[in-house]
Amino acid sequence: MQQKEIINNGLWHNNVVFSQLLGMCPLLGVTTSAENGFWMGAATLLVLLGSNFVVSLVRDWIPKNVRIPAYIIIIASFVTIIDLSMNAWLHDMHMILGLFIPLIVVNCSILGRAEAFASKNSVMDSLIDALATGAGFMLALIALGSVRELLGKGELFGFDLFGANYPDVLMFILPPGAFIALAFILAGVNILNQYSKKRADSAAQPNPSPQGQPS
Amino acid sequence: MFSSPHIHGGDSIRKQMLTVILALMPATFMSVYLFGWLACLVLTCCILSSVLSEYICLKLMDRRKRSLLDGSAALTGLFVGLVLPVLVPWWMAILGSALAIVLGKQLYGGLGYNPFNPALTARIILLISFPVYMTSWAIPMPLEQAAINFYDFSACWQVFFTGVSASAFDAVSMATPLGHVKTALTQQQTVSEALASYQYQPWQAFIGLEAGSLGETSVLAILLGAALLLGRNLISWHIPTAYILTVALLATVFNLIEPDRYAPALFHVLAGGLVLCAFFMATDPVTSPVTPIGQLVFGIGCGVITWCIRTYANYPEGAMFAVVVMNCAVPLIDHYCRPRVYGR
Repeated sequence: MQQKEIINNGLWHNNVVFSQLLGMCPLLGVTTSAENGFWMGAATLLVLLGSNFVVSLVRDWIPKNVRIPAYIIIIASFVTIIDLSMNAWLHDMHMILGLFIPLIVVNCSILGRAEAFASKNSVMDSLIDALATGAGFMLALIALGSVRELLGKGELFGFDLFGANYPDVLMFILPPGAFIALAFILAGVNILNQYSKKRADSAAQPNPSPQGQPS
Repeated sequence: MFSSPHIHGGDSIRKQMLTVILALMPATFMSVYLFGWLACLVLTCCILSSVLSEYICLKLMDRRKRSLLDGSAALTGLFVGLVLPVLVPWWMAILGSALAIVLGKQLYGGLGYNPFNPALTARIILLISFPVYMTSWAIPMPLEQAAINFYDFSACWQVFFTGVSASAFDAVSMATPLGHVKTALTQQQTVSEALASYQYQPWQAFIGLEAGSLGETSVLAILLGAALLLGRNLISWHIPTAYILTVALLATVFNLIEPDRYAPALFHVLAGGLVLCAFFMATDPVTSPVTPIGQLVFGIGCGVITWCIRTYANYPEGAMFAVVVMNCAVPLIDHYCRPRVYGR
């Protein structure tokens, strides 16, 4: 597999959120602001890097029938490392993200990458895949966090954008707002994909034959 | 399914929508009597912006523009206006109607496909988004303490577009009966003390001389409109009767057990948006069950949820939440209340 294709898949075409709809729990749970989304994404990215690296390293020594428990143990060790480090150096953020940090263990996108990619590919490719997938997840978290923070508080990364007179739309800070905002983001992504597909199609056939059946 | 030929009943969507709008006229006139020009401004703004949102949606989705004139968008706009407090700022009236049409109706596929009542969806979104605006109730004009002259057009124009200043706010607003009793109960007062301090009169609540959303205050006006709907067979008696009786029954039972903590049935039935929701919102043919038994189940569910929210939850009024929650259950109710096919 081309490394460019791996990056494209992780960031956009096979994006954890936009096309696979995985990792919904942290995505909907912590994205009340863009900053929360960023740190959640960063934590997941680091865990993914570590787990993909180790799984790819030991992929030839793990017996097929116990691979899932082995992957889980590898992922859980990295989650514990991230959990303790965030608690030590990013204590405030750790307080906000709370239980969602240990819950990265059960984020199926991480186990999914270990099973579907790292266990079959070289260490280098697995690291690139982890970076791309993690960045794609982080992108979605920041996008949803920004929309919710912008509409719910009139701020972006803590900066007041709309002034004091902006009436905060509290719903976007509350859980229903997460679902509604996510739905609109997904609709937007689908429109984008349709548009680019249409352009690619018309680029492939610059001169449709005049005898062709009208569609 | 049965094959054609069918006999056309002679009814059209347009005719039905116009009948419902006609049935809402008593409540609308009552709101104009209570809140004068400001009610006119809010309702006009809601209707116009909801028709405009419908037009934009139809245009974006390449739908037939003809359905713009079937009156359903205007009716939704009128509903949204009638469930809003009169002191909403202009942008909230526009936002609410747009939410009802776009989020509540068109995104689900348009007329006939929406799982939730559009007007109540919009009201709930506004309530949880802007709780301060949505729980400020103006003192209606016929009451002596009224501070805003609602019959003066320029004053209303100013209130609608610039709002009421924070310092004057307490003078122009009052609590609804439900809100007042809820607050009093949290302060360890009894129900009868709370009603006495509000100077609560059942006949006043029946006629509608109290604070509340534009169209919900007057039970009398709503019943007049409901009579038209029932007479034209646009709604059946099952949902409203089951709904109101359930609330009354629950209120009576708990009132008999502990009269200090639970308000009596008459208070519950006359207060808030219960009657409006029971006759006009819960009976929406799109979002309610089709069989009579299903409708009874639906009504009872609405009643239980309404009473529970009014009694135990943080919000003083629960009718809109009840109807929307029960809207979710409609496919399930319809599934279990299918009529038996003859001969099987």
